[in-house]
This record gives sequence, C-alpha cells and structure tokens, in this order.
Amino acid sequence: MHIIESGNVAAATGVKLARAQVIAAYPITPQTPLTEKLSEFVESGQLDAQYIPVESEHSAMAVCIAASTAGTRAFTATSANGLLYMNEQLHWAVGARLPIVMCVANRGIGAPWTVWNDHQDSMAQRDVGWIQIYANDHQQIIDSVIKAFRLAETVSIPVMVCYDGYLLSHTYMPFDRPEQSDVDAFVPAFMPKNFLDPENPGNFNTVTLPDIRPGVDGVMEPGYIEIRHNLHQDLRAALESYEDIDRDFKKAFGRGGTPFVEEYRCDDARFVAVAIGSLSYQLRDVVDIMREDGIAIGVMGVQMYRPFPDEAIAQALSGKECVIVLEKALSYGNQGPLYGDIKSALYRLEDRPVIHNYILGLGGREIKTQQLLYALTESCTKPQAIEDTPRWIGLKLQE
Amino acid sequence: MAEKTTTLNLTEEEFVHPGNRACSGCGLSIVYRMGLKALGKNTILVVPPSCLTVLQGLYPVASTKLPCVNVTFASTGAAATGVRAAMKVLGKENVNVVAWAGDGGTGDIGIQALSGACERGEEIIYICYDNEAYMNTGVQRSGTTPQGVLTTTTPIKGKLQMKKDVPAIIAAHGIPYVATASAAFPLDLYDKVKKSTTISGPKYIHVHTPCPPGWGFESRFTIKVGKLAVETGLFDLYEIENGTFRLTGPSQRLLEKERRPVTDYFATQGRFKSLDSEMVRKIQQQVDAKWAAYKSAAV
Repeated sequence: MHIIESGNVAAATGVKLARAQVIAAYPITPQTPLTEKLSEFVESGQLDAQYIPVESEHSAMAVCIAASTAGTRAFTATSANGLLYMNEQLHWAVGARLPIVMCVANRGIGAPWTVWNDHQDSMAQRDVGWIQIYANDHQQIIDSVIKAFRLAETVSIPVMVCYDGYLLSHTYMPFDRPEQSDVDAFVPAFMPKNFLDPENPGNFNTVTLPDIRPGVDGVMEPGYIEIRHNLHQDLRAALESYEDIDRDFKKAFGRGGTPFVEEYRCDDARFVAVAIGSLSYQLRDVVDIMREDGIAIGVMGVQMYRPFPDEAIAQALSGKECVIVLEKALSYGNQGPLYGDIKSALYRLEDRPVIHNYILGLGGREIKTQQLLYALTESCTKPQAIEDTPRWIGLKLQE
Repeated sequence: MAEKTTTLNLTEEEFVHPGNRACSGCGLSIVYRMGLKALGKNTILVVPPSCLTVLQGLYPVASTKLPCVNVTFASTGAAATGVRAAMKVLGKENVNVVAWAGDGGTGDIGIQALSGACERGEEIIYICYDNEAYMNTGVQRSGTTPQGVLTTTTPIKGKLQMKKDVPAIIAAHGIPYVATASAAFPLDLYDKVKKSTTISGPKYIHVHTPCPPGWGFESRFTIKVGKLAVETGLFDLYEIENGTFRLTGPSQRLLEKERRPVTDYFATQGRFKSLDSEMVRKIQQQVDAKWAAYKSAAV
C-alpha cells in the first residue's frame, strides 16, 4: 500500500513490520521522530515490543546488546554525536556477533555544533565491523530496514541503515508499505543458537587469550585473533548473503536488484560520478543536463559501504576514463574515505581510470545543482592524473 | 525479615567452581559464592570489567555455573535492563536479572546507566562489591576509596577526599530496596540477597569487600578486617526498605555496644599508614557524629 510519510516514519514502519522485540533509544536530532514513532507503535499496542527510553546512546546500545544476547530482536537509532558516544558499544556488539539493526539519520559532528546533514558520523564508524547500508530515498529506507534484519540474523553481524538527516529523515515522499504477512514470510522469527539461558548456562564475551586454548572437554577453541579473523571472513561473505537476500526481496516485493551500487546512465558513459545517499539522486539531474550537452557521463550510488563491494565497483568502473567521487565526509589529513576505497578497488584493473575527489555539503552546506554541474564538467573536460588532496565544492573562504 | 539463615540450613548448592582465578583471601570470592547461593539457578548475570571478570575465568573456561554476559564498563545498569526486557518478551518473567559490578564500575563510570535503570524502575538486582579502589587494574583510587587511603594514584599523601556514599545516592532514587552488607558477614549478605529476589522493582546491595593485596593485609585476615570495619562503625550494615532505614545485624547491635576505635581498623592495613593523628581524630569525630545521629533516630 502506498503512503506518503517522512523518512523517519518509513524507517519506523520497517522496524514495526520486521517485528523488533526490544527497542532502546535516546533522543538526538534528526533521528528523534523515528523513535517517537516507535514509542507510539509500542504504547498503542501496534507493535508488541519493549521500548526502553534509556538515559544515553551508550546505554541504548547496551540494552540492544544484552537483549540480543538474551535471544530477542533488538533495534536502536541515532545520529552524529550519539553514534560516536556509542562507539565502544558498536565494537562490542559486532565482536559479540549480535544481529542488532540500527538506523543512523546522518548528521555532521561537533565541534562546532551542527544538526545538519553530512556523512561524517557513520563514515567515522566504518572500521568497527558493522555492515553499513545507505538508502537514497524513502522506499529504500523501509526496504533496507526489512532486509537489514534478515541480513544481520543470517550472518550474525549487526547492520547500520544510514540515510541523510533532514534531506530524507524529515522530507515526505510516497513509498510502498509492504504487507505484514509478506514481511513475516521474508523475515522469519529470530532463533539464535546460543543465548542467555539458565537452563543452558554459558559465559558470553569472556576474557580471551592471545593464543588458542582447550576447553574442559580438551577441544581447542579460538584465540582473539581467530575470532577477529572469522568476523572479517564472515563480513566478506556477507556480500554474497546480501545479494541473495536482495534477490529474494525482489521476488517477494518487486523492488531491488542492485544490492551494492545503483547505476544511472553508466552503460555507455566515459565518466562516472560516484556518491552515497540522496546526493547520488541529485546527481542524476546533473547527468541529464550534461548528457544534453553531449558529455557521456553517468552516476553510481554506493548503497553498501561495509563490507565494501570492491568487485562490483571495479566492474562497474572498468573502462571508464574518469571517476569523480563526491563525498560528504573526510578522512582528515588525507582524503575522502569513499575515494580511498574506490581507488583501492580500482587497483586491480590494468587500465585504471583517472579519479577525482570532491568534498561538499559538510554540516549541511547546500549543494547546488549548478555547482555540481560546474565541478563535473571540469573533471570531464580536464581529466588529470590522481590528485593528492580533494577539491572542495561550494567553499566561501573569506580573504 | 524472613527467618535468618544459619550455617545449619544454608543451601549446599554451589554456583562457583573451586580453583578459580581470584587472589588468595579474596573478599569477592566469599561475596560471590554466597550471593549466587542466595540467587539460585534461575538467574542471569551481567558483569562489567572488574576483578569478577578475572575470577570468572578465561575463554573457553568459566568458573560460574550461571549464564553470564560480560558487558562494557559503563553499561551495566543498561545491559541488565536489556536482559530484563528480553525476559519480558520471551515470557521468562521469573528469572533473576542480576548486575554484579565493582565500586568503580558502579559509583564512578557506571553510575549513569545505574541511575537510569533505577529511575526507570527496572526489575533488576544490582550488587556492588566495594573493595574501595580499582583493584583489577592495580589499586588506583576510586570515588569510593576512603579518605587517607594510599593507592597507586594517591601514593604519598593518601586520598584527600571523602568516600562517595553510593548506596545513599541510589536510595535517593526512591527504589524499593537498598541494603549494605559485608564479606565478613556472609549469612547477613545471603539473607539480603535472598530478600531482594522477592521484592519488585530495582534492588541495590552494596557489599564491603576486603582485598588483601589492595588493602595491605595478610590473606588470612579478610574476615577479621571486614568485621573491624563494621565494629568500628566505619562501614554500617543497613537496609532501606520502601524508604525506611534500619540498621541490621551487627550494626544494629552496635547501637547498644561500645564501638571500637577506628585506629583498631586502620592498624590492620598498610593502606592507612600515611594517616596522621590529626586526620585519625577527625575521622573518629565523623564516625562518632554519624552514630550519635543513628542513636537519636533510633530513640
């Protein structure tokens, strides 16, 4: 059924349809309307879950970690500094291999305070080991949330579903709300193998030595490095799992089919702009204008960022003349994080495209189509070798 | 209070394996063993980093026969909340959800999550074993280290500040049950933990827990040192049930008895050796004033 609602409500609706059992959250803009909606679902009886109004984001993730360890489906949501406050817990959740799902309404990070959108918050968490999916519109938000629960529980790794603060979280768009029965069939009940159970006691997240060690039965158990190695291998394997899940989703709901990257007019393109989130859709307008001017350009939106779909990206960009990576995040002192990752993915190609990096929109700076048009035209008409430092769009530096 | 437990009717069921990694003479060993006996099998434990993490053993071996989730330092109260929420969802309402943390994990880094859980009225039991410093990391001062105590971060003058009164802070949340106990009075501890399993809402038990290496006494004196803390009136055993305060057991009897001077307690431990006579006099005055208030309230 099609409804018109905000991105945050799309996310909340996905969480409700996936039947999250324990929800904990702390208010932070621009995530707040999502958790307000969930508290309403729970209080009104539309969602049979425990809603815990915790006193911090650190505690929100603590509740999710414990509830998930005890065998229930757990969800939280946050933004910006709230996500950073959770950092220790993010590592803990994935180290404990808990299939928690979290929405991140992307927002810039203080200091100085900003409430507006960029991607620095979730990008700063790219190495914690969580799966990161980025939605480009409201339909992708609700669909990604539903797929995220199934993915998390398939691979026992938590999943972050990220979407642009305000640009998506607070704007209203039409989207299809899947039927409950279809979602129930798609996301089966959470049945973990091991959980906190007085009938079958176990000690979870025990201190683990550097080397392997036998249990009381004499069987060797992994040391810390084996446990971490296995996490990495399982994350890499999650790429395939997500491809399967996305295929199943398309069968059931008729949407999807592009789990990793979403290409627009890329087939015959000599140039490809790359971006994450709603910016990749904004860039479609720019591509259309440039195509009218005879520039063979396309745009690729990256939807899964961790695990990094390097093969899919290298394949999509193989044979292109110039790749232009536009980012709302920066690895300070180096370059855009996506830019670095794409360069590394392209390294395997014999004939590597030229690649440019633009930083834009930090702290919600408005991104004008005209500016994008100018930057992309520059890159397409004067493709140079790889540059050491990113170019900036829309800076207003005063002399 | 229900009938007092004695060594004759104390359950023989054990939930802590012998030969665990606790130090010789560890006060926590006593507290943990007795506490788990009182809690029984139908219990889930939530443990942040502390000596207990070490006592519990190294993967893949564990010294506790109860399910336990190790959690991050600051998150204990919230993690216990999460376990309880899951129990509600799964219809296992009768499971005891028990957070078990040290004094630093409770009164310092963990106080926010604990305060949140108390304010929300979570159905949890929170047990703080107070060995009065960060013992697991090598005896650094904590908020609950008493005044004058030498630690590795107060190495010369001793701690200048007073001990933080954590049970009073928790009691200020208006939760139904707050109690103090001591490793030196294990049956009193047992009965308090047992009682906490019968009360609805958040329960908090603060247990004075002597630590031979951290406090500087021979490991055979754990009980003696713990008893002296109570008999000198420095650490008091009490219950606050639905807002009503009452001294219990040995502390209650102290109302009628002569208290021993605090110097008797200080003399047993190396950690007090930087106390000068002026400071001892002040501490004795504080203890006397506290007990004068207890007596006038009891009249």
